[in-house]
Amino acid sequence: MGIHRGHQARPVEWLAEKFIFFVSLSAILMVLLIFLFVAREALPVFFGQTNTALVQKPIPPDEMDKHSPAELQAYLELTPDEFAKTERKTLRALMDVKLEAQDDIPEDFRNDPDARINTTEWKYLLQSHQWNGYDKPEYIWQPVGQIKKFNIIPLFVGTLKVTLIGLLFAVPLAVGAAIYVSQLARPRLRETLKPAIELLSGIPSVVVGFFALIVMATVLQSLFHYQTRLNAFVAGLALGFAVIPVIFSIAEDALTSVPRTYTQAALALGASRWQTAWQIVLPAALPGVFAATVLGFGRAIGETMIVLMVCSASVMSWSIFDSARSITTTIAAEMAEAVNGGPHYRILFLLGALLFGATFVSNMIGDFVIHRFKQKLEGKR
Amino acid sequence: MAETLIPKIATPATTLTAAKTGTPLIEIENLSLYYGAAKALKDISLKLEEKVVTAFIGPSGCGKSTLLRCLNRMNDLIDNVRIDGAIKIGSHDIYAANVDVIELRKRVGMVFQKSNPFPKSIYENVAYGLRLHGFQSKSELDGTVEQSLRNAALWDEVKDRLHSSALGLSGGQQQRLCIARAIAIKPEIILMDEPASALDPIATTRIEELILELKKDFTIVIVTHNMQQAARISNYTAFFYIGELVEFDVTAKIFTNPAKKQTEDYVTGRFG
Repeated sequence: MGIHRGHQARPVEWLAEKFIFFVSLSAILMVLLIFLFVAREALPVFFGQTNTALVQKPIPPDEMDKHSPAELQAYLELTPDEFAKTERKTLRALMDVKLEAQDDIPEDFRNDPDARINTTEWKYLLQSHQWNGYDKPEYIWQPVGQIKKFNIIPLFVGTLKVTLIGLLFAVPLAVGAAIYVSQLARPRLRETLKPAIELLSGIPSVVVGFFALIVMATVLQSLFHYQTRLNAFVAGLALGFAVIPVIFSIAEDALTSVPRTYTQAALALGASRWQTAWQIVLPAALPGVFAATVLGFGRAIGETMIVLMVCSASVMSWSIFDSARSITTTIAAEMAEAVNGGPHYRILFLLGALLFGATFVSNMIGDFVIHRFKQKLEGKR
Repeated sequence: MAETLIPKIATPATTLTAAKTGTPLIEIENLSLYYGAAKALKDISLKLEEKVVTAFIGPSGCGKSTLLRCLNRMNDLIDNVRIDGAIKIGSHDIYAANVDVIELRKRVGMVFQKSNPFPKSIYENVAYGLRLHGFQSKSELDGTVEQSLRNAALWDEVKDRLHSSALGLSGGQQQRLCIARAIAIKPEIILMDEPASALDPIATTRIEELILELKKDFTIVIVTHNMQQAARISNYTAFFYIGELVEFDVTAKIFTNPAKKQTEDYVTGRFG
C-alpha cells in the first residue's frame, strides 16, 4: 500500500466513482433541460409576442408588400422560423383566411371594446380588469370562448389555498404521529404503526381523490354546513392525506436519529417522556422535521389529481369554502384542448415555468433555513 | 493533589463494617435483576452511607452499571427487565407502586459516561432541570445557574458565553456542564457512570477534584473502570463480579488488605 496508490490500482472503483458522478450530473442536467423545454414554449408570452385580440386591423392580401416582414409575421401569428419557410403564395392564402376569420366574428363582438384587447399581455395576466358586462374589475381565468381571459391570479390563489390547507392539516398530524411513534409508543405498536402510516403513500392519488369526492365531501358538508359541496377545504384535507406519509416518514427518521443520550439525560433530570419528546428531542430534530415539511410542501403543490377531482372551478376567492383550481390541475385539464402553439398553449407552459420557479425558490429558502437550524444546534453560530 | 488523597480516604477510621455505623441513606436488599431470562444481578445487599463517595468496581459486564441504574430507575426504560428485592432511599422503597419516578429522579441525579449536554445554550442546559421542577423567575434561575456552574468549577470558563451552544465546549467542559446540570436541581444523591472514562488525564483530574468537593454536599455513587481513580476519590468501594457483590468495604482496606482472594486478584491487576 503506497501513498500514491491512487486510481490506477483500483480501476473498478475509479470507474464506479465516475459513473456515479455522471449519473448525478445528468440529474442536474435533466432538471435544467426540463425547465428549458417548459420555459421555451412560454417565451412568446413572456416577451409579448402573442396576440389574442379578436378584432384586428385587417391587411388586404393585395397590400402585402406595403408591410414589413416582421409586421406580417406578427399579423399571421407565425414564428420567425415558420414565416421564413412559408412561400409567398401560402402567405397570401393565410392572409385570405385571416380576412375571412374577421368576417366570421359574430356581430355582438364587433363593437365590444374587449375584442380589441390582447389578453396575453402581462397587464391582463396579472391585474384585474373590468370586462364588458361586469360592474367591477375582476380576475378571471376563462381560456375558452370568443374573448379568452387568461388572468393567472385565481390559479395562484387556488394553489396556495389548497396547499396551505393541506399542510395545516398534515404537518401537525404527521409530526405528532412521528413523535408518538418514535418516542412514546411501545416497540410492538411502533412496528405496526410505522408501516401502516407509510402504506398511505402507496394509495394512488386518484383513489384518494375519488374517496374525497364521494365520501369526504358529503361528510364534511353535513358537518360544517357550507354551501359549495366541492371546495378548497375538502381538496386541502384530501391533499393532506397524500402528504402525511411523506412528512411522517422523514420526520420520524429525524426524531429517531436524535441521540438516545439526550433522552436519557432529560429523563434522569426528572422529565416525563412527554416533556423529553417535546422539549428535548423535537428541538434537536427540528432541521429534519422542517425538511420534511418542505418536502411535503413540494408534494402538495405538485399534486394534481386530487384537486382536479375534488374541485376545479377557477373562482377568485380567498374563502376556503369556495372552489379552487390549482396550477397543476389547470395544466392537466386544459393542455389536451389547447391548440398547439396557440396563446392558451403558451400560457399553460408559462404557468408550468412559474410553478417550477416558485417551487425552486421555496426549496432554496427551505434549504437555507435548515442549514441555519443545523448550525445553531451544532453550536457553530 | 493526587498524593494527598490517599490519606483522606482513611479518615473515616471505621471498622470493617463501616456501613453499619453511619446513617445508611441507600439500602439495597436482596436485589436481583433479570434481562429476560438472564440474571444480571444476583441477590445483592448493600448499605450506602450519606455524604460519602462509594465506588463500584469490577470487570466489564459485572453488573455495576446496571445496579447504578437501578438507583434512579433508569432500567425502567429497557423492555424485559424484571427486578426482585427492594431498594430503599431514606427508608422509602423506590420500587413501591406509589412512587413518583419523576420525584425520585429529582432526588437522585445522574451523570453519564459520555457527556451529553442538550443541543441548547450553556445556560439553558443548566436551567432546563430547574424549569422542569417549577423554577420560573429569571433572577432565581440566574442565581442557581451561576451557583451550579461555580460548584462544577466551570463558571470562570463559560461566564462570558452562557448563551452560546453547549456543544461548542470541550469534552471535559461538557462533562462538568453535565455535573452542573445534575447538581442544579439539588439532588441528595448523584450517580456517576464512568464520568471520566472518555476524558484526557487533565480533564479527568479536574473531574476527580470536583467529586471530592461535591461529596461535602452530596452522596455520590460512582462506577469506574479505573482502579486508581476509585482509590483516589472514594471512601467505600464495592467490588462486583458477574452479577455478584464480592466485597464491600472501606476503600483503603479493599486496595490494601482485601478479605477475598478474588478482590485481591482484581485490584492487583491479575485479571479484569
